[in-house]
Amino acid sequence: MKSFLFIIVLTSFIGCNSKNQKVREELLTKVEISSYTFEEFAPMLQTNSDTLYVVNFWATWCEPCIEELPAFEAINEKYKNQKFKMLLVSLDFSKQKEKKLTPFVTKNQLKAQVIHLNDPDANAWIEKVDANWSGSIPATLVFTKDKRVFFEQSFTKEQLQNTIDNF
Amino acid sequence: MKKKIIYSLGLLLSIFLFTSNQPIASGYGIGDIATDFSLKNTDGKMVSLKDYKDAKGFIVIFTCNHCPYAVAYEDRIIALDKKYKSKGYPVIAINPNNPEKQPKDSYDLMQVRSKEKGFTFPYLLDEGQKIYPQYGATKTPHVFILEKTSKGNVVQYIGAIDDNHEEPKNVKVKYVEDAVDALLNKKEVVVKTTKAIGCSIKV
Repeated sequence: MKSFLFIIVLTSFIGCNSKNQKVREELLTKVEISSYTFEEFAPMLQTNSDTLYVVNFWATWCEPCIEELPAFEAINEKYKNQKFKMLLVSLDFSKQKEKKLTPFVTKNQLKAQVIHLNDPDANAWIEKVDANWSGSIPATLVFTKDKRVFFEQSFTKEQLQNTIDNF
Repeated sequence: MKKKIIYSLGLLLSIFLFTSNQPIASGYGIGDIATDFSLKNTDGKMVSLKDYKDAKGFIVIFTCNHCPYAVAYEDRIIALDKKYKSKGYPVIAINPNNPEKQPKDSYDLMQVRSKEKGFTFPYLLDEGQKIYPQYGATKTPHVFILEKTSKGNVVQYIGAIDDNHEEPKNVKVKYVEDAVDALLNKKEVVVKTTKAIGCSIKV
């Protein structure tokens, strides 16, 4: 009888413990994505340092964007300890941020930094990213303090690697 | 040295790939004469601009089913057609996407969407994707306002519908309405081009 009680206590303790752990994991992996207006975001497109920046414009509903994400993640993983910074700028609608964007980033455990550009007056800011951007995504800006190149296209990992190698 | 050659080859290759990915470097500018077309509507009939004998011009909108920006603008596109068709500027919607690349933009699903939303305007499929590159459409939705003249259909505005894709009630500037109103009043369009955010055309 004594041992039986002990087992009940033990199992309930384990049950409780694993529940806590699950809650803790959820807390740990719950991704917080900051939203910016273009004015707030614009300084991130400038640098005075030696860092190479790769800024990719995407959205969860944009299929070619999702297809190229693994290439960006792989390149980010490769260069993350160097003078390199990747930003994945989501253009998801603000209504979709909690429903689509946050779950997507959480589920896919994206390592590159994701931010949300929440500025619906696109005509006002598209040209400020690059004069040649017609406004479609995926689009990617690669820049250092001396050089900027803009690409309105999809990337394979090889293409992105070549772009960085030749920068 | 070898490395350098490989890099240069890589660069050349990437330039080639990048440029070949973008066949739309050209396209129309303001003042150009836009081509007519004969494209299939969701009712099975072929539609051309020349069919519209009484039109003063056209609001040509490259749009589609699958793109959230296009969906966000559907009601506003219907409103544009209702407002301006009777004044001589009907909406002509063209789906520029390759349905093999984006099955949601198939002809069958265009018919479904047109019926669901009660489109009051033709919704045409750019079969073979011959028309959108001539216009220079790069995304959906992408608007080209044409004015019918003795020389042909002159491009008078290229760009976005308005300045807020997400919240119609927060729109401050209605680019398309402003342009069509100017043309109807025989005035020059003030804002002739804007940049619209949109989904890339699926080739």
